[in-house]
Order: sequence, then structure tokens, then C-alpha cells
Amino acid sequence: MEARRGWRAVPKVRHVGFFTPNEPPPPARTQSGPPDSNSPPLSNSPAGNSLSPVMIPPPRHLSDNLAHRATSPLPVPETSAFRRPIPGGDRVAVVGSYNPTDSMLGASPPLTSPSSRIGDGEFSEESSPGWFRRSNSAKFASSFPGGGFDLTSIKSSETLEVEVKKPVEVPGPNIAEKSGVAGAELQTESQSSSKPLKAKTTKAERRALQESQRAAKAAAKGEATGKPAISSEGAATSKPVKQQPSRKKDALPAATSVAASDRKGVDRPPEKERKKEVPPPRMQFDDKNRVEKAKKRAVVNQTEARNRVELFRHLPQYERGSQLPDLESKFFLLDPMHPAVYKVGLQYLAGDISGGNARCIAMLQAFQEVIKDYSTPPEKSLTRDLTAKVGSYVSFLIECRPLSMSMGNAIRFLKNRIAKLPLSLSESEAKESLCSDINRFINEKIVLADKVIVRHAASKVRDGDVLLTYGSSCVVEMILLYAHELGKQFRVVIVDSRPKLEGQALLRRLVAKGLNCTYTHINAVSYIMHEVTRVFLGASSVLSNGTVYSRVGTACVAMVAHAFRVPVLICCEAYKFHERVQLDSICSNELGDPDAIAKASGRMDVNYVDNLANKENLQLLNLMYDATPLEYISMIVTDYGMIPPTSVPVIVREYRREHLWI
Amino acid sequence: MADTLQNPNPNNISAYYQTRAAHHGVVTSDWLAQAQAAVGRHPDDVLPPEPEVKVAGKPFSVIHEFNNWRNQPDLAEAVAAIRALAAVIRNSEATTMMELEIELKKASDSLKSWDTTSISLTAGCDLFMRYVTRTSALEYEDFNSAKSRLIERAEKFGEISYKARRIIAMLSQDFIFDGCTILVHGFSRVVLEVLKTAAQNKKLFRVFCTEGRPDRTGLRLSNELAKLDVPVKLLIDSAVAYSMDEVDMVFVGADGVVESGGIINMMGTYQIALVAHSMDKPVYVAAESYKFARLYPLDQKDMAPALRPIDFGVPIPSKVEVETSARDYTPPQYLTLLFTDLGVLTPSVVSDELIQLYL
Repeated sequence: MEARRGWRAVPKVRHVGFFTPNEPPPPARTQSGPPDSNSPPLSNSPAGNSLSPVMIPPPRHLSDNLAHRATSPLPVPETSAFRRPIPGGDRVAVVGSYNPTDSMLGASPPLTSPSSRIGDGEFSEESSPGWFRRSNSAKFASSFPGGGFDLTSIKSSETLEVEVKKPVEVPGPNIAEKSGVAGAELQTESQSSSKPLKAKTTKAERRALQESQRAAKAAAKGEATGKPAISSEGAATSKPVKQQPSRKKDALPAATSVAASDRKGVDRPPEKERKKEVPPPRMQFDDKNRVEKAKKRAVVNQTEARNRVELFRHLPQYERGSQLPDLESKFFLLDPMHPAVYKVGLQYLAGDISGGNARCIAMLQAFQEVIKDYSTPPEKSLTRDLTAKVGSYVSFLIECRPLSMSMGNAIRFLKNRIAKLPLSLSESEAKESLCSDINRFINEKIVLADKVIVRHAASKVRDGDVLLTYGSSCVVEMILLYAHELGKQFRVVIVDSRPKLEGQALLRRLVAKGLNCTYTHINAVSYIMHEVTRVFLGASSVLSNGTVYSRVGTACVAMVAHAFRVPVLICCEAYKFHERVQLDSICSNELGDPDAIAKASGRMDVNYVDNLANKENLQLLNLMYDATPLEYISMIVTDYGMIPPTSVPVIVREYRREHLWI
Repeated sequence: MADTLQNPNPNNISAYYQTRAAHHGVVTSDWLAQAQAAVGRHPDDVLPPEPEVKVAGKPFSVIHEFNNWRNQPDLAEAVAAIRALAAVIRNSEATTMMELEIELKKASDSLKSWDTTSISLTAGCDLFMRYVTRTSALEYEDFNSAKSRLIERAEKFGEISYKARRIIAMLSQDFIFDGCTILVHGFSRVVLEVLKTAAQNKKLFRVFCTEGRPDRTGLRLSNELAKLDVPVKLLIDSAVAYSMDEVDMVFVGADGVVESGGIINMMGTYQIALVAHSMDKPVYVAAESYKFARLYPLDQKDMAPALRPIDFGVPIPSKVEVETSARDYTPPQYLTLLFTDLGVLTPSVVSDELIQLYL
């Protein structure tokens, strides 16, 4: 994330947790102070937020966006009014931009607030040029978009030039001139492109603009090392003006190149600011840049949900209910998508397939179909083309439902096998080899692994035991049934939780096989734990620091078990191990349907939250996963035996190294 | 001599602990006579360690060989087993690799079944099998060269195990500083080696020995240490917490090191480790690497029981039950470091080593 942020001047205020969105931005400070005062108003202005992930704008309502966009007042005429060069360059003119009593400030809140509602935290539509009075233009970044002209009204290409003109705002009397100059240019610009002025620019354009602005800023900053001198208050009058055009020209190519590259979708910070470029492993959904990019490529039409919890804005959340019918209607239309993959995607979306193993197997079998039907296009190599195809299918599946780690590992395996295909193989041989590899993966890593786990874990069940399990894990179910078949005498406590109530299905199946079961909800787990002798839990994944990433509620059960000194056994196949480290449940998770927690199924009278869903100060959070720290875990049962949770990185190391993927 | 010596195990008494008691030599004569009768021969007999190769019948008995080695008090049981298994390879008449492996496996199984309660024996045999058969020498086409390669590895493993004690003693010297007080529990030959080496290096330290009922290991150990001119103080088992303030570190051996990094040792070790942990005293375990076992107990009762008759000196009414388990399990969180011939390890490394070896 650092790479994208580049530089930052003023720490931005970030609201974390629960707060009321759409608060009116704090009133901008009057600019009557010394010119080089920082402009916190900018920082506080929600409209001025850039794309840093830390700087999270208050949630916008897309539906509100659409409404407001049509009605937002066109700020351009007003800006030009402000920018009218005022003769004499006296303070008044300057103050004209800064005039506290003037409608600039008075207008800016109304201007910024509609702008703040337009586009999720996009560039601010309006801001006084004078707000750039800073010694370092580098500080402009986020405030820059508000830099004195209306971004929405200008196409990005044009804004490039305009923006470029504004790298440094010199405080002092020169500002009037500069801003006048700039304003004049702006005005001409805006007048020249009167048509586009009325049109709303797309988010992408605005983003591109912002990126270019930031880039230019940094480029300009980089170039003119004498900037502090220039931007200091007593600078020569003509110099800044003269330098500005030259800087403009210099910055322009840089800006265009930046913008161009940005349009390609590569987010490159200016050279000076670039830190070690580490591609973010997962898409962070609070970064509008990428969200937009992803949206353009998206197959599934999803609208982002409203009322998102601030802390989890980096995770995707979409309005439920509209995706499935939408996808279903498109079933026969989507050429690039293989029907098997499409079907699996629909099943994920609908929730028909759930559980790490089931999802992984379904996906792999769909890919088998893909491979069978695949034929290399002419002039292309099988490995590269197939890998690209698999990649596109994977993005589709991600849109339907974010990948689980087991699926991620399986995809990595598949891509690895594709890449390792010897070039001498014919196409049919290659396809056959891939299909058999997939079969072997499913067989060895999942089916046989489950058998081994069941054998190991059943040896830990003694007569007279009371075993507790949470939710519904397929491996744990197999263990219980196997131990029962071996004739061991034990009883089972199934702990369940809303809204999924997965334990009920498990309960039904166990009772049908004749096991003694007790069923309870998670709020009673501390009540029942004192009679439990062992806890068996499943996992979606186990991370390298021993943390178990599993269904939400697992951490709770493990913690209570630990408090009662009951050993906790995690049953997980080794292919689900991941070398990632996660310290909490926040940085990576999945958000489910918030309506599910608002309603109690089957109880029509329990609907207190129904009408409140649209209220602004109520946010519903439905997490799907949580992370259990390793202190609560006694043992992990894998197909490589029973290991302590500290040995997970050993398994990851040993077996990834040997290209363990068969 | 029977081919497979029946485990003299009436009432599920652990032969391992009987052997240890025999080595201690501080047992009541009654008990010893009883043990001898069960075993069937005088324990002072030392049979010459030469392989008897006969023509007819089963020429070579691994148990026989094992007992030869076992009778030396200084030799650990597992090392004796390893040497016996090495001898099996040497004397094997197999002509193919598969045959040899099957023979080895049979010998190892019979050794293990001789005393199912001895963890180090089981672990030693398993590790030997893994170590020896894991070599790529098995891919040699010439059987004889492969066999000699196997013998080489087996001997090497035997040597390592034999020398393990000395390596451990060397490694632990850094941890014994002048003026320190060491609490020792149980009579571990490795710990004795450690203390001997420290005394020879002219370190000034004193030792607290727990009495170690019912085996009275403390008495034996204090004897040995007194010979080395090391100041020794005997504590009854209940006085451990009382004296823990003055103690700088706790040294114990291990019957077996389990996969979680915990140890299985003589009864009382868990107690002492708990007290030491609550008083922030380090607990050091001296264990050879062949004692790493693929067990994973979740609690005290999760192990195979090893019972040891306790002689209270006075008759006990028959209605009264006696807890006769000879060992307990100390979880890894109460242990500070393990001194092994592989180096000084933390408990979590045990699983690492086992995974690397086994998988």
C-alpha cells in the first residue's frame, strides 16, 4: 500500500469503527492566517481524500451518488468567478479565494458535500486554489484535487495540463497572480471544453486525474529542489510565475506518462517516492482505483452494499439478491466463460456449495472440464494461453465468492502443473496429463488425506469421552462416524450458531447413525464446557504462525476450551496450510449477507432490525471467518500425522520445497 | 534359550523399569529375587556378545543379542536394541533388499513387543529403521554393496547413539556456572554424565537430589555424586517446592521425548516442572535423539500405562488402591531447553526433526 500512497503531508483523519457517515465536513478554517499555514480543512475534507487505503472517506451511497450527480451544481462558473484575476494582486483578491466570508468557504461545504457524495471519495470537486499555500507542494496530494478547479467538468486529458500548472502554489501576493494565471488558463480551458464541462467524468477519469496530479506533484517536487525557496513567502514575484510554466512543461510529460501508465492500470508512484514495490496480495476494496478497474472487468454486476462498517471497508461487500438472477439470466450469453465454471460460480453464489473441501473439489472438477474442452488457439502456446484462461475463470469465481485458501492452493498447484508441462507433449497428451494430475491431487490431498486424518484422530477418542464440535466440518463428521464404527463409547456435543446454523445438518446426520448427541448454541458453550473431554474443530486454513483460520465462532469455542483445560484438536488437510501470517481476523476475512443477521428465519415476529437497516447509524456486520491463536490449540491432525501448531511452517517448508504438489 | 524371550511381565509390570531398578542396584533383595525368578536367569550373567551362527533352525535371535547388550548397566536400552538390529543386518542371510527389510522389520517388531512400555526402545527401533532404510543405497544394483552400506549406516547410528551422552554433556557445560544449584530428579545416566563432566571441568556447584520414591533413585545418585566430591543434598519428594527458591535450574533426563516437545519421564517430573515454571526456574532436559517418539499425549492418561509395584514397607489393606504408574508426561510449555546430540533445542523443534526424518 505504501507504493500507492507515495507521500503524504498531513495525517488524515480516519474514522475507524462505527461512526455516522455523511457528517458535514468540519468547517474549513479561514484562510486569513499566514499563508503557509497548513490546511487541515483540506485534510478533513472528505472530498479531498485520495486513494490511500488509510484515508478512508466516509461511506457514500451509490444510489445517492446517482441522484446527486444529476443535481450537483456545476461549480465551474463559480470557480471561474473566483479565479478572475483581480488587479493589483492585493490581498483582497487573494482573499477572494480565501475570503472567509466569501461564499468560497461558504460555498465549499455545499460544494464539497455534494461532491463528497459523488463517487466514493473521488476527487473533491471544489476547493480554493489558495488552499495550496504550502511550502511544499508535495503536501498537496490529496488536497490537490480540490486545487482550484473543477475536476468533474474537465476531461482527464485536459485536467492533466491544468493540473500540471498547479504544482506549486506560492503563498503571498503572488498567489493572486498565479492563481489568476492559473484561473485564467483554467477558465479558458473550461470554456473551451464547454460541452464536457456539463458531462460528468467517470470515476476512472477522475482517478486518473488524481493520480496524474499526484505524480506531477511529486515530479515537480523532485525537479525543483529549490522549491522551498520558491514557495517561501518572500519569493520574487516573477520567478514563480516564470518557473511555473517551465515546471509545467516539465511536469507535463511526466504527468502524461503517469496518466498513461495509470490508464493501463498500473499504479506507479513517482520515481522519487517509490518504495519497494510489493504487489498487494489481495484486492483491498477501500481503494477505489482498483475497485473501479475490477468493476470494468467484472462479469457479475454487483452493487456495493450500503452501510459498510468502517473497519472492514477493505473487504468486498455487495448487495445480495441481485447477483444470482443476473448471472442466471446471462448463462447462455457469456462466451468466454466455460459453462462448467459458470455453474460452479452460481453454486458458490447461491451458497449451494460450502466448505473448503467441497468448494475446492467442485472448482477442480470444473477446471477438468475446461481442460478437456480446451483447444489451443493457433499461434499460441498451450501453457500460456491455458494459464491465462484459468486466470480469467478464477477472477470470475472470485467475483462470485472470494476464494478460500484451499482453493487458492489448488489453483497454484494447477498453474504450476501447467507451467511444468514438457514442451514436447502433444496437446491431447498435455490435456490428459493435466486431468490426471488434478485427479491425483483430489485423491491424494483430499480423499486419502481425510482417511489418514480420520485414523489418527480416532485414536484419540477413548471410551467415555464427551466430544465437542462446532459447526459442520466434513472431516470431523468422518472422525465421529469412524470412531463410532470402531465401537468406542462416547457422546457428542454440537455447538451451533446463527445465522448459518450449519450444525443442524451435522446433528441430523449423526443422530441418524445412532450417535448420542447434544445440541446447543454458542452462547451456552461456557456452560457446557465443563463436561467436555475433547474438542474437535475443522479449519478452512492453518497459517504459518499456527493461527487457525476457520468459521467465525471457532476462536470462541477454542478459547473457552482452553480456559477449561480441554484439549483442542484441529483436523485439517495439509494442502490447506498457507505460508501467510495473520494476527487478527480483520485484515483478511469475508463479509456475508448482513440481512441474514437482521432476520431470524422462521420467526416473523423477530424483526426489530428490519426497518432500521437503512438508518445511517446502524451497520450490520456478518463476518464469515475468524482467526484462532495457537495458544488455544493442542494439536493439529493432518495427513502427515499429529503435529503441534508450531510445526506448521515446517510442513509448509518441507513439502512446498519438494514441489509437493505431486 | 527361547527364540523369543517371553516378556517377564506378570501383572503388566513394566520390564523397562525393572531393568532400570536392577541397574540401580538399590533394591530389596526380595524384589530382586522375584524379578530374577520372572526373568529366568541370574542378572549377573554376562553372556559374551558374539553372534551365534547355527546352521539349523533360526540361527540368530535378535532378542538374544539384545539381552547381551542390555546387561551392561551403562548401556541404554535403546542403544542395545540398535546394536542388536545392526547385528541382524550383519548376520542376515537374505539375498534381496526386500527380504532384508522384512527381516529387519520382524526383528524390530519382536524387540518392541518384548517391552511395550519402553518408549525409548520403540522410538529407537523406529528411528533406526527410518534412518537405515532411508538411504538411496537401496537403489544400488549390487545387493552386497547395498547391504554393506546399510551396515555402515547402522553402525554409524549405533555409534552416534552411544556417543550421544558425551555430546550432550559437552553441550550442557555452558549452562552450568560456578556457584549454581542444580535440582535433579530421577537417575538418568545422561544427567549423571553431564554432572560428571562439569565436576571434571572443576566447576563449583551443588546438587539437590529428590529421593525418587519408590526407586530411591536419589540415594543412588547421591552416592555417585559423592564419589565425585560434588556437594549433594537429599530432599524428600515433597520438599521440592520448599527448596525451589534456592535452586537455579532443574535437570532431568527423559524416557521419551514426544512429538509436541514434551517429555515422558519418571513419576514426579511433571510436578517439579510445574513448580519450577511457576517460580521462573529453567527446566533442562537431557535426552538423546533416538528417544524422539511419534507419540502425542494430550493428557496424563493418554499414554500406554507402565506400572511399577511400590513397596511401602508395611502391608497395605487390600481395599486400598495404589497409584502405581511409573511415569508422567510433562507438556512442552514447562520445559525450557532440550539438550540432545543434535544440539540444544527448544521443545518445538522436536516435531521439526521428526517430520524431517519421517516424512
